[in-house]
Amino acid sequence: MIDVNESVMRALLAFVVVIPLLGAAAALLPAPPGLRGRSPEQAVLRHGVTVTAAVLLAALALAAGFDHHRPQTMQATTDISWIPALDVRIHLGVDGISLPLLVLTALLTFLCALHAYANPPAGGSPKAFVALLLVLETGTLASFAVLDLLLFFLAFETVLIPMYFLIARWGGAGRAQAAWKFILFTLLGSVVMLLGLLLIGIEAGTFDMVALATGDGRPLTVTVQVVAVLAIGIGLAVKTPMWPLHSWLPDAHTAAPTVGSVLLAGVLLKMGTYGFVRILLPAAPEGFEVFAPYLAAFAVVGIVYGSLACLALARKGARGDLKRLIAYSSVGHMGFVLLGIATMTPTGVNGALFANVAHGLITGLLFFLVGALKDRTGTTDLDALSAQGLQATGAALYGRAPRLGGLLAFAAVASLGLPGLAGFWGEMLALFGAFDPAAGLSRPAYLVFMAVGAFGTLLTAAYLLVVVRRVCMGAPPRDTDGVPLLADVRGHEFAAWTPLVVLTVLAGLWPKALLGLTDPAVQQLFAGGTR
Amino acid sequence: MSAPATAESVVQSVDWLAVAPPTLTAVAALAVLVADLFLPGPRKALLGWISVAALAAGLLALLPLLDGDRSTFCLTTDPGVCSYVADRFTLVVQLVVLGGALLAALLSMTALKDEARRLPAGEYWFLLLGSAAGAALLPASRDLATLIVALEVASLPAFALVGLRHGDRRSSEAALKFFLSSVTATAVSLLGVSFVYAVTGSMHLTVVAEEIQRVDGQFSALARAGVVLTLVGFAFKTAAVPFHFWVPDTYAGAPLPVAAYLSVTGKAVGFTGLILVTVLAFPSYAPVWGPVMAVLAALTMTVGNVGALRQRPGRDRSAVRLLAWSSVGQAGYLLVPVAAAAYGDDAARAIGSTLAYALMYAAVNLGAFTVVALVDRSRPAGRVEDHRGLYASRPVAALLLAFFLLSLAGLPPGIVGLFAKVTVFASAVEAGMGWLAVVMAVNVVIALVYYLRWTALLFRAAPEGAPAARRATAPLTAALVVTGLLAVVLSGAPQLILRFTGVTLF
Repeated sequence: MIDVNESVMRALLAFVVVIPLLGAAAALLPAPPGLRGRSPEQAVLRHGVTVTAAVLLAALALAAGFDHHRPQTMQATTDISWIPALDVRIHLGVDGISLPLLVLTALLTFLCALHAYANPPAGGSPKAFVALLLVLETGTLASFAVLDLLLFFLAFETVLIPMYFLIARWGGAGRAQAAWKFILFTLLGSVVMLLGLLLIGIEAGTFDMVALATGDGRPLTVTVQVVAVLAIGIGLAVKTPMWPLHSWLPDAHTAAPTVGSVLLAGVLLKMGTYGFVRILLPAAPEGFEVFAPYLAAFAVVGIVYGSLACLALARKGARGDLKRLIAYSSVGHMGFVLLGIATMTPTGVNGALFANVAHGLITGLLFFLVGALKDRTGTTDLDALSAQGLQATGAALYGRAPRLGGLLAFAAVASLGLPGLAGFWGEMLALFGAFDPAAGLSRPAYLVFMAVGAFGTLLTAAYLLVVVRRVCMGAPPRDTDGVPLLADVRGHEFAAWTPLVVLTVLAGLWPKALLGLTDPAVQQLFAGGTR
Repeated sequence: MSAPATAESVVQSVDWLAVAPPTLTAVAALAVLVADLFLPGPRKALLGWISVAALAAGLLALLPLLDGDRSTFCLTTDPGVCSYVADRFTLVVQLVVLGGALLAALLSMTALKDEARRLPAGEYWFLLLGSAAGAALLPASRDLATLIVALEVASLPAFALVGLRHGDRRSSEAALKFFLSSVTATAVSLLGVSFVYAVTGSMHLTVVAEEIQRVDGQFSALARAGVVLTLVGFAFKTAAVPFHFWVPDTYAGAPLPVAAYLSVTGKAVGFTGLILVTVLAFPSYAPVWGPVMAVLAALTMTVGNVGALRQRPGRDRSAVRLLAWSSVGQAGYLLVPVAAAAYGDDAARAIGSTLAYALMYAAVNLGAFTVVALVDRSRPAGRVEDHRGLYASRPVAALLLAFFLLSLAGLPPGIVGLFAKVTVFASAVEAGMGWLAVVMAVNVVIALVYYLRWTALLFRAAPEGAPAARRATAPLTAALVVTGLLAVVLSGAPQLILRFTGVTLF
């Protein structure tokens, strides 16, 4: 779009990855004179907003300078040797696959910092909170920007410790156990993934993703590919999470603070699916083909399972937690992403990437909204919420806080995949890909998967509508009933949520903006790797 | 041996530069012992400075050796066969050993000051330096006799160090445990050496390596028994399972700096011996010792990590106990590349991974011990629980301890630990030992639990009524600065230690 010098682009990408880390270190130091603000707490939270805003601006500049006519090419590439002994190179670059995720990450982290600024997190010092948030941002941004297998692993691991502490220190009930479950599951997955990455790297003689995708390394035998795909796939599937390896997710989401939930759902889960597309598909296609049908099967089981779990939680009297419900819905949505990838077709993978971004936007918004609801009502328990309405008909958000209720309904409807909103295209393309999977994959099996997945969309619609009915509708209580009045959407909340709402609508109405980026890159991926 | 005994052929020329690192240390040990007799009580602190200076000099003596391999004490009849070789491998291990001893000496200065009544300074420094001299000699030894002698020089003073504290039953009991089990292991090892000598007719590792391939069929069982028995002694020193049981009690009973010393230098002695014996002396017996090493590695890391996991943080001395068990687990990781050397085509590369890991481990583990020593001064019970809220009273020490522990766990921000683990994993994968890699992967997860539990404790709110933190002494601060800098610099540039995977070692 805008013609930007390649070395400026390179600097921008490096800036995006490194600045949060430096910002994290700076957050631990006392604020310099002139930047002390009203109190040390306020100063450090403002520091978080400043740094994430700078990163977001840099990411937007990167997107603006990105050559949209050739998104299949790696751009803004840096390639410096770091650890020659292990053949680890600091190889950074973005193409049409990683750019949307990079911008999404920068955006969500900025919104989270904004949220924390307005609602200082309770539980620990804001200093540590901001430092951890920024380390988390480095890790997530780096995992989308690096093109070296071992650096990818490093970035993958970098997010573990900050997220652990975010959950364990600032979380709600049951946070200690949830934090442990999160870190142990994902660490086990990622160490197994490391074995697969090492196997690929050692057999191919290179850890460079671009070289592996273009086949510059030594060719891998099918056996090696199968073993590597199994190991790496397990690691990524834990992170995604794929049914039946998802059990850490509901606990982590339920216990995590709002910021943690938003980043967990919006960004961390994407690292898993991104790894499938970036590493496994191009580097070990034959190995992936062996496991693709199983992956697809697990994916559709996840779709149905997640939806059924949500239905069960949404029932009256089930004492379902709204955060837990959204966590299970994530299992279902990520199932669509995995199904798209498992079709091994450009259509399916495009759908998967689209669904990835859409899920980040919509689920991020949902968690923000539920966090706001919890701040106001003190609970996320669906039964407790709906008991607040007259004769327990529903929480009556429409009546008590119309804008909040409207937004919640909007997010729910977007999440169920209403055409015209972001949630629709990704899931439709994934199902469409399953209708006509790659040659070599069993078409009848995929038709069954498609049918089951389509059935899952119905279930998704069902539980989300139940949630809308129980939370947004109902007769509002009279003022004398002792139920507190709710504050409607506040200014800072409006600021934090508007970008997500706008992007959800935009991606729904103008999918080409995103598909135009991913499609050429995906086509190139199947034709022999991003160059 | 049968050459005519002329003066020329009997008197060897000694390359004093090559033998300088262990010699300096040994001479300093004697000097300290003598000086102790003439120094009045209040001036004993001088001994500590002499010892630290001697160890630093020993480290500096490594510098002139960097230009190339040197060997000395060679056979007059066959100059290619030497008893003392200062090659890259030797230098790296001497760096670990002397550096570890130096940091332990820094910790000791404070410990001796605090416990002046119960720890006799002169003997303490003599024993520490003596043991360090033996440990520095060991990696250079290239014949079985020197190897065993070096091993004993390194261990015998260590027994005394463990039990040196006057009037401490736990300390003496630990020393006795350590002594009895160690001597048994050495005896077994000597038996193995004698078998090997019987079948090969030589003590020199390179000659043994050749001769043992031509062993008469009827002696092959003897040779195999010799190989395995020789390994036992060294496995004991590395505290490989099942020879690990002495570690927790010994560490917990010993003065803290001695535990720190044993956890690094003692371990280095063991795995160096194992590497020399397996890779240099018995390469042709790789099918025998390869599986043994692999099983030892798997058992050691699992038992060590599970043991560490079961430590209750409220128990007395639990901090050192936990580090002791974790050092057993880490020894398991150190053994993985040694086992891989049996299977892969490139033994040197695998051994390089062990060296890189050992360097990382030495810096980080001693750093952790330093912080524990720091906390111990104000809260002598030495419980992990005592570290609760450390961030509030000593933010820098707490952040560094968190960094050290996460490096041991191998998770960012401890990048050096992560890449050290990656090389070890790579050596296992390269050698095709998938099962060992998977066992190690599970162990990494187990280990994270106790490291992270401890790390999380540092940042909790401090309990009510905690005693005020005492000021850190200069030597402790110096040790903390050195280890902290090392860990941070190596995290930025892991290549500094990982390059040993790519160079010729022997």
